[in-house]
Amino acid sequence: MSLRDGPFQDLKVPLRWTAAVAVVVAIIIGLALVFGDRRETLQGHAAVATRGAFDRMARPVGGVLSAPVRWVSDAVGGIGDYFFAVSENRRLKQEVADLRHWRDEAIAYRHENDRYEALLGLKTEPPIPMVGARVIADVRGPFAQTRLADAGVEDGVREGNPVMNEHGLVGRILGVANGVSRILLLTDVSSRTPVMIDRTDARAVLTGDGSGSPTLEYLRGANPIKAGDRVLTSGDGGLFPRGLPVGVAYQGLDGSWRVRLDSDDGPIDPVRILLFRDFSQLANQPALRATTIPPLAPADAAAVAAEANAGSSSPAASSAHPAVSSHPAVSPRPPVSSAHPVATVAASSAHPAHPDSSARHPPPPASSAHPVTHAATASASTPAGAAP
Amino acid sequence: MTFTPGGTQRLDPLIWLGLPLLAVIIPTVLLAAPIRIFGLGLPEPVFALVLAFAWPAIRPSMFAPFLLVLLGLFLDLLWGGPLGLWPLALVVVYGLVLAIRPTLTGRDGVFMWVWYAVACLLAFGVGVVVTLVKDDHAPSLISLFWQYSVTVLLYPFADRLIERFEDADVRFR
Repeated sequence: MSLRDGPFQDLKVPLRWTAAVAVVVAIIIGLALVFGDRRETLQGHAAVATRGAFDRMARPVGGVLSAPVRWVSDAVGGIGDYFFAVSENRRLKQEVADLRHWRDEAIAYRHENDRYEALLGLKTEPPIPMVGARVIADVRGPFAQTRLADAGVEDGVREGNPVMNEHGLVGRILGVANGVSRILLLTDVSSRTPVMIDRTDARAVLTGDGSGSPTLEYLRGANPIKAGDRVLTSGDGGLFPRGLPVGVAYQGLDGSWRVRLDSDDGPIDPVRILLFRDFSQLANQPALRATTIPPLAPADAAAVAAEANAGSSSPAASSAHPAVSSHPAVSPRPPVSSAHPVATVAASSAHPAHPDSSARHPPPPASSAHPVTHAATASASTPAGAAP
Repeated sequence: MTFTPGGTQRLDPLIWLGLPLLAVIIPTVLLAAPIRIFGLGLPEPVFALVLAFAWPAIRPSMFAPFLLVLLGLFLDLLWGGPLGLWPLALVVVYGLVLAIRPTLTGRDGVFMWVWYAVACLLAFGVGVVVTLVKDDHAPSLISLFWQYSVTVLLYPFADRLIERFEDADVRFR
């Protein structure tokens, strides 16, 4: 007997009830989507692939829509340039005159800085390659503030890469696909960026809230900030390089510290994506370890060798400074000669588990307070033929 | 518009669901263009809330909630927001209007506009709750108010849609 012939043959469920059931099912689907999504993390998952596929489809549409906008913007800019050419020319001449002084100072500082780096053997951060891109979609709502840029996987863009415009930090790459990548703006409610106050070196977390000016949270210390302080990325956590300009601090009406973003001063259209990864991955580690430390002058080397020899003749000398042997900075190299027993002891016992510690710890300056340390360092770092 | 065997008019889903859906998607995509006028971005209203309010006011439907889920998913993907936020918000609004449908039937424009504003408030409330759950941080009130205001101003479109199709299917008058 079929249902049609049974006692339920005249049963008709009102459409309002079935619609209500459909609403309940749809709400369950919505909740499953909410709790299954991991937008804020950088780990790959199925939703990332879905977003990537959607962004790839949205790219041509966004490109077509943004092109006329760009043309109109360029045209309006051109008209403005025509009418304000004289005043702009005067302003630029004044600016060039001011900047010439700063250029000379910058050149002098750069030379001085290069000299200090060479003297101290500092391992500076390598330059970061960049990719230029154009924004083809801009989202400005309270729940999401993102942009689509027309550079993707084939350009080397990866999730987490910082994005800047000509004035300052814009955000970071949230997802990337072929030919397109999505930028999470600093103002997005899920954005958290480790920053520091340039004047006091105080650390904070820049937290987006969907407004144009993100807040500074977890500020520490007594009076760590005042209005007008410059805010830079701190580099903590390794997601951003240190020192990227973010903005200027001010106190909001609610008493919270906020940042007026530098990137708001420029057009939103062109951006630069920094192909930044953790510097420890970018740097050529074997090349860093192979760096040679310049030898001492002959007179200094002789004095150091004599000092070391004198130290080796007294057995107490090797145990006079127990702290020295455990100091990481005294063992830049394995021992090169058995003629310096103190150096051998210090160098071999300093960090048995980290023979390459020279890459991270430069040797101490020549005016070390511990003669044994000095001897150990000098003898271990001096090539055998350099000493007389 | 088609007719049932009993001679009554029946709404074609393509007409009252499909075309409005398309009409909502197009301006949403257009307003996502990167435009700044005197340093200010364009408003970004949630056009989809027009459908979430108008569809249940016209007549109950089994398809409409699922279409709203798809539309919400489209918004989440286009705007890069957390997945599920707009599907949930739109369906909750649909459920509210379905529940109060007898109250809304035959009412004038101002009364309906007020209820539309309440429905939008509910949708943004759902958005705030989802954001709090996901990010442990509420969005800015100013930013919420701005988007809410421009969305409430879209009521005339919902009114036009309701007027167009309300009497089309006499079984639900």
